[in-house]
Amino acid sequence: MSSALDASALRLQFPILNREVNGKPLVYLDHAASSQKPIAVIEAQREYLMHYHANVHRGVHALSQQATDAFENARTIVQQHIGAAESSEVIWTAGATDAINLVAQTWGRDQIGRGDTIVLTRMEHHANIVPWQMLAEEVGASIEVVDVQDDGTLDAEQLQQKLAQRPKLFAFTHVSNTLGTVNDAQALTALAKSAGAAVLIDGCQAIPHMEVDVQALDCDFYIFSGHKAYGPTGIGVLYGKRELLEAMRPWRGGGEMIDVVSFENGTTYAGLPHKFEAGTPHISGAIALGVALNWLNGIGADAIMDHETMVAAHARKGLSSIEGIRFIGNAPLASGVVSFVVDGTHPYDIGTLLDSQGVAVRTGHHCTQPLMERYGIPGTVRASFGAYNTLQEVDTLVSGTIRAVRMLRD
Amino acid sequence: MSDLLQQRQHEIAEEFEFFEDWMERYEHIIELGKELAPISEDEKLEEHLIRGCQSRVWLLADKDDAGNVKFRADSDAIITKGLAALMVRVLSGLSPAAVAQANLWFIEKIGLDAHLSPTRANGLRSMVQQMKYYGVAFQSQKQV
Repeated sequence: MSSALDASALRLQFPILNREVNGKPLVYLDHAASSQKPIAVIEAQREYLMHYHANVHRGVHALSQQATDAFENARTIVQQHIGAAESSEVIWTAGATDAINLVAQTWGRDQIGRGDTIVLTRMEHHANIVPWQMLAEEVGASIEVVDVQDDGTLDAEQLQQKLAQRPKLFAFTHVSNTLGTVNDAQALTALAKSAGAAVLIDGCQAIPHMEVDVQALDCDFYIFSGHKAYGPTGIGVLYGKRELLEAMRPWRGGGEMIDVVSFENGTTYAGLPHKFEAGTPHISGAIALGVALNWLNGIGADAIMDHETMVAAHARKGLSSIEGIRFIGNAPLASGVVSFVVDGTHPYDIGTLLDSQGVAVRTGHHCTQPLMERYGIPGTVRASFGAYNTLQEVDTLVSGTIRAVRMLRD
Repeated sequence: MSDLLQQRQHEIAEEFEFFEDWMERYEHIIELGKELAPISEDEKLEEHLIRGCQSRVWLLADKDDAGNVKFRADSDAIITKGLAALMVRVLSGLSPAAVAQANLWFIEKIGLDAHLSPTRANGLRSMVQQMKYYGVAFQSQKQV
């Protein structure tokens, strides 16, 4: 097996991958929780702090201009990366969770009322469930859930039934963080739109692994976080169609988001995108996220997807030799995520024993408790892969898991 | 501090002294988990569950005739159960006061202190806290 991407060479760009954990070389297989950062991203943040830190959009002085240029340039990089029509449709947020809450608390409060329906899927991350539950409770709306089938794909028939109820919103994940399932976002969006629903897509697990074109998808909102896409923590993106964003009220008030502030005449707000960016933003985070997306483009979405699919297939093949293993999520189209449980063992035990062998996996419910309930399990062991993972690392995962299971069962 | 508590901690420290890496330590902890008598299914009640664990941990406490605390514990994860076994071995049979005031230095000595951080999923910290609460509760019972 081979792929166009040379992971061994790519790894050299990730300083953290050289370290040891518990006396063993680190094997980092928790990409879906957060990716490690290439040196270009680390340097971009350092460069900013060392040479041109200043507050953006305020000063006439050189540093402020330079910081503002870099900050707004990063917005343009995001725009181009996701195929948005214009850069003012790209709103910086503190992360994906923050972006979803923004939509729920602005667009949601205006558009969703008593008796209205919001459709979600059972494979959503808690971040794409709880903000809607909070909104629904507040305004008296109800939430309908599209189930997943045994293989981890959405129940298409049930989706049709839910959409027939003419919901106000269909919010779904592009790629499942627990199952790896890649949803046909374009088809789902078209279905929802024909039923009159607005569409929000959680793209956290898609952006680091595949090409995304929001105009081709035709979704109303697309959100993702920086830190899962080789960028820093604390920065995320809300994409929204201009007409929707313009109609939305601001959420947080403060500096940056205003036009004129007056005690006598009331306050008027700035236009897009700054209307939603109150306060000093995460400047270095935005700049470094731009660098991360450029870095991703340099490698190419297809090469990354091919590589991760190949690595995941290798992992499944190796792990299949373990008696009593059950893979959770077997969708035909999937990202580089391998989630499993092993009869007679607890995911926590396997994760702990892997950690002591230097292998970082995630165990537990992965912030998808409704999904765990669906499969009747307390959690899974999840190995999730990035562009820098090698087949040798997968072999370490497989031999480590075999050793762990033997210790736990004997 | 109770001599029995000191003696038990010294024994455990000695047991763990010769392990060279974490896999060996965990192997032993797993052994201890397997040896710990399970609690019966009908005792695995919500009210005995300890919060803050990725695995489920049940902890039960009673007083014996001499007024000492008897602990029993179980978990659906075997490493967690092994940690519970260590705690039961150290604290069970001590007076409520000794449990409440126990200085559990062995945890650091055998390198398990990293597991005591509040964010660790194994619940060792919650387990220790809950056992001490039982000590305090049984102490005040005596005074009533």
